[in-house]
Amino acid sequence: MSDDITWVGLASSLVLVALAVALSRWRKLSLEAGIVWASLRALAQLLLVGVALEFVLPRNLAWSWAWVAIMVVFAAETVRRRAGEVPGVFGLALGAFALASAVTLGVLFGFGIFPLEPATLVTLAGLTAGNCMTATVVVGRRVLDGLRDRRDEVEARLALGLSSSEAAGPTVRDALRTALVPQIERTKTVGVVFLPGTMTGLILGGASPLGAVRIQLAVMYLILGSAATTTAVVALGVRRRVFTADHRLVLPHAATR
Amino acid sequence: MNAQPANVEADAALFTFTDVTVVGSDGRHRLHGVDTALPTGGVTALVGPSGSGKSTLLRCCNRLEATTGGAIRFRGVPLESFDPLDLRRRVAMVFQRPTPFAGTVRDNLLVAAADLTDAGAGALLTRVHLDESFLDRDATELSGGEAQRMCLARSLAVEPDVMLMDEVTSSVDHVAKGVLESLARALSAAGMSIIWVTHDLDQAARLADHTVVLIDGRVADDATAAAYLNGASDE
Repeated sequence: MSDDITWVGLASSLVLVALAVALSRWRKLSLEAGIVWASLRALAQLLLVGVALEFVLPRNLAWSWAWVAIMVVFAAETVRRRAGEVPGVFGLALGAFALASAVTLGVLFGFGIFPLEPATLVTLAGLTAGNCMTATVVVGRRVLDGLRDRRDEVEARLALGLSSSEAAGPTVRDALRTALVPQIERTKTVGVVFLPGTMTGLILGGASPLGAVRIQLAVMYLILGSAATTTAVVALGVRRRVFTADHRLVLPHAATR
Repeated sequence: MNAQPANVEADAALFTFTDVTVVGSDGRHRLHGVDTALPTGGVTALVGPSGSGKSTLLRCCNRLEATTGGAIRFRGVPLESFDPLDLRRRVAMVFQRPTPFAGTVRDNLLVAAADLTDAGAGALLTRVHLDESFLDRDATELSGGEAQRMCLARSLAVEPDVMLMDEVTSSVDHVAKGVLESLARALSAAGMSIIWVTHDLDQAARLADHTVVLIDGRVADDATAAAYLNGASDE
């Protein structure tokens, strides 16, 4: 890789933040404080991550696993905050992210696609959890809202002697489609409509474009696989939560968000 | 029609309720210590004002609703000793609003009976006075009355002994209402037990062989029931 961007260079890029602030003030958007806070927060958080990746982790794989565990918990907590009305969502998301991480990291490291090093471990685990949070929130909410909206239809299926998994089947399938389609679309249009972050980052960092593409593809498949895993775990988990063992639908009260 | 509260021997009863209480997840009592027996055969009407617990009582019969206390027996056997899915195939249900599933009418019937032939499906439609051309129609495009009849045909596809009908005419027009009432009578004449929930006392009087009056989650005593049925209720 070629030389890093210098600290002076980074400071210069703040001109663009200033431009955004100026635009907000000019159009009276009242977003100046938000823009400044977001920029500073990103700076602080990423510097912290950078320092940790650069100085702490290379010496210790165990610490990296601990970091992965913390990321998984934090991602599950984020899902709980955004979809708190879904019963048991924290536990479900925690299980889903843990399973998705195990599966995807198992494949990526097991087949030697990436070397198992602290930096790759933390980065790939972060990609898994980070990119699956939205799909997880969407699927949890969709299953719950779908069963609530289509309660009559679901109970009509139960009344025909169908099991709860059969009765909820169409709703769960719709929810999974809704959650996964955006990721599939992104995978389809990659390179045509947009250049994804990993690749642009690598190219800007001086990697060869073809090398960057290979890594990007592995990352996109990682995200697709982990999104499918997490959404399936959460969708089936929510379904199990809202049906009793004797195949009755018991929905929680509509939550105040 | 006889519109007296049902009073049958427990061993002859289709459903026997003993001190049945249902408390909703909101903590509200939907049924308070209900003691009653619904007879085998004929049309039994469950009547009462809105919120009196009629639908809750009905939904207990196929275990879409769980009791909080008390006991329910189906033909003398405790309800909880049945597999719920088997029970629901013996005790079928049609809901207040039509519940067509996505797809054709044939698809809908196949959800209930996966091995149904076209001839069998046509015969089911004939039983609810729809002709075979409906098989290929989009179920979600049917009129309210047609959809409700299709739902009845779908419930008949599981070959039940009992049909629970929860205010099935409340969302259909006058003509469809008459058709559904005559279908209920025909099913009853063919030997099926019908439990019909309604708040329409004229309909109950037209249709029912037995009537149970529920008020505030309790089965009304004879005097209260008679007063309610005569329209002199203090409700």
